[in-house]
Amino acid sequence: MGERTPWCSLVWRCAALALCGLVMTSAQAQQTLVVAAFPAVDEIVKAAIPAWKKLHPTVEIKVVSRQFTDHHTAMTTALSTSFYLPDVMALEVGYVGRFAQGGGLDDLSRAPYDILRFQSRWVPYALQQATNRKGAVVAAPTDIGPGTLLYRIDVLGKAGVGEAELTQSWEGYVAAGAKIKAATGSYLMAHARDMKDIIIRTGIQPGEGLYFDNQSNVLVTSPRFVRAFELARKVRQGKLDARVGAWSNEWSEGFKRGTIATQLTGAWLAGHMNNWLAPNTKGLWRAAQLPEGAFAAYGGTFFAIPRGTPVANKPLAWQFIQLMTLDRGVQLSAFKSQDAFPALLETYDDPFFELPIEFLGGQKARVGWRDAARRITAVSVHKQDAFADEVINTELDKVLDRGKDIATALADAQRLLQKRAHR
Amino acid sequence: MKLPAVLRLSPRWTPYVLISPFLVLFGVFGVFPLLFSLYLAFQSWEPTAGMGAMRYVGLENFAFSLDDEWFWKSLKNTGWLAVASGVPQHLVAIPLAVFIHTSFKHLRNGVVGAYFLPYITSTVAIAIMFSSLFSTDFGLINVGLGALSQVPGLGWLVPAQPIDWLGQPENIKPAIAIIVWWRFVGFNVVLYLAALQTIPKDIYEAATMDGAGRLQQFFYITLPSLRPMIFFGVTLSVIGGLQIFEEPFILTGGRGGSDQAGMTTAIYLYRMAFDFNDFGAASAMSWLLFILVALLTWLTNLAFRPRKGSV
Repeated sequence: MGERTPWCSLVWRCAALALCGLVMTSAQAQQTLVVAAFPAVDEIVKAAIPAWKKLHPTVEIKVVSRQFTDHHTAMTTALSTSFYLPDVMALEVGYVGRFAQGGGLDDLSRAPYDILRFQSRWVPYALQQATNRKGAVVAAPTDIGPGTLLYRIDVLGKAGVGEAELTQSWEGYVAAGAKIKAATGSYLMAHARDMKDIIIRTGIQPGEGLYFDNQSNVLVTSPRFVRAFELARKVRQGKLDARVGAWSNEWSEGFKRGTIATQLTGAWLAGHMNNWLAPNTKGLWRAAQLPEGAFAAYGGTFFAIPRGTPVANKPLAWQFIQLMTLDRGVQLSAFKSQDAFPALLETYDDPFFELPIEFLGGQKARVGWRDAARRITAVSVHKQDAFADEVINTELDKVLDRGKDIATALADAQRLLQKRAHR
Repeated sequence: MKLPAVLRLSPRWTPYVLISPFLVLFGVFGVFPLLFSLYLAFQSWEPTAGMGAMRYVGLENFAFSLDDEWFWKSLKNTGWLAVASGVPQHLVAIPLAVFIHTSFKHLRNGVVGAYFLPYITSTVAIAIMFSSLFSTDFGLINVGLGALSQVPGLGWLVPAQPIDWLGQPENIKPAIAIIVWWRFVGFNVVLYLAALQTIPKDIYEAATMDGAGRLQQFFYITLPSLRPMIFFGVTLSVIGGLQIFEEPFILTGGRGGSDQAGMTTAIYLYRMAFDFNDFGAASAMSWLLFILVALLTWLTNLAFRPRKGSV
């Protein structure tokens, strides 16, 4: 073959350039950010993809969706083995506490994230929930669950009980329950455990967690636990609870049939009731603040970056988290479509908060929830919180079902938890 | 067409290559997890911190497990369920197999298939179906009991209030045992039917000629002849009974139920690992459970092995 002509050389060079360009473009197009999530956070992430594409047209978002428990088990496995780690993982608040102690998630308070500069933009307690004992912030809050008291206005009407009677004090709430039961036969609440769950979340001192303080001292014999157990026992002795667990068939039937008159819960439950739990009861429910001026969080979702995520993906992962947690449009969109109550304070002036909620008889309940969200205080998390929760529920069952003495029950729980506090 | 020599397997290596898929899978999914859990049993490990966070703690996890009230509680639950679901399986399966063997000719396969069906049905589907049946207010079991109480003379047999099957600690274990029994009785029937077919008919004919009744034949011919199969069936029940997981896990929402009445050891060690993030203690417990299974299997062997002078 003879020597190549300049023309021929030009063609070759152009072809090589074009090929390079093609390869580079395809490399950019192939850049993918993997986000692991559970329902309905997965839907919220998918809905945010168009907003993301405007910022990063060449970066794809791949949503890996699993059921709630499967997702958190998969994340535990991925973190422990550093295999199949997503670039961004959604975490429910209960798991944030557990994962925060491990060091498998990036500390977002450090450079280049420096998440604390955004702290004032979220509800005050949210970031604290993702902060471990060493001060590392392992996740950014996206939605929260301000506590509320949902009640059946028709059932209360028949019993001649007003909202003020329910909310003045916890003792008054129980007394109102007795009136409701006598007049209508409906139960005050699904399970006496619900009463314990809220009371132990009230009056927590700074530096204290739910079950342990910052030095891992066990707190379950403190007055708030005694009061919680006493009130729960009062509910059971008055036969004021339906003795059904949350998310059971009986629980949803109780809502549908009006045999459960009130529910202490997160604001998000109103959305679930409207969508699938008890849509036929539209207009019969109302929302109030929790009794005795209590403010508590029921759930919440966070986004975190695993430490083992490829370094090259971390800047994009952080930008994605910022979009999900700090973008007013994305936060409001999730609120409107999935009842994901925003953690971002900038959204709180949106007219959507003032809109009446049809399921709650046209009540502007979001205004109350917004107020509650601002007043919830942070609770320190401990690695053994899940186990402590289990132990306390067991001892409460013994008090309620077998008449075990409260002081003995709490002392037994204390003894069991002390063995685990430092594991 | 012949393959090139390089691609041809020598007869010496062929068996190893052919068996390698099994060996590889067994190594990855069988041997490795076993050895890894043994290694973990001596480590303190916060799993979300990654593999590098392991710390050797000697026998601490075993000491913790043996001192853990909930571990002992789970062992008691497991033992209760193994006995309450296991023993009736054999007490029903043996006479049932004899009845099917002697009374059904053409319909035999159909009847055996019907009893075997629960065994091959998905445990998850079964547990979900039973959790609906056991529902306190809307379950068919309580509805049936309610109807029974209306029958004159039977009212005293049935409690006045609907039974809270899955909410009360004293009811959870019987509910689980019923399901496990129902699921495995058919499997044991098949085992015993297979064994019955190996007993020579001449023995029964000779016994009949000697004037032995059906009950005598059952106790003096059938039962002794079934002894090896009873040993096999009881061994499977001991091993399976001590590892009960799916049924109580689904029926109690994965938590073991009120007062952990349905929390078997298998559930507890799963929860220790994945709910309470303590993989070290969970691994130690799994090895303690293994020792218990091995011990009970050995005792079963002692109880059923042929004695001197026996047939």
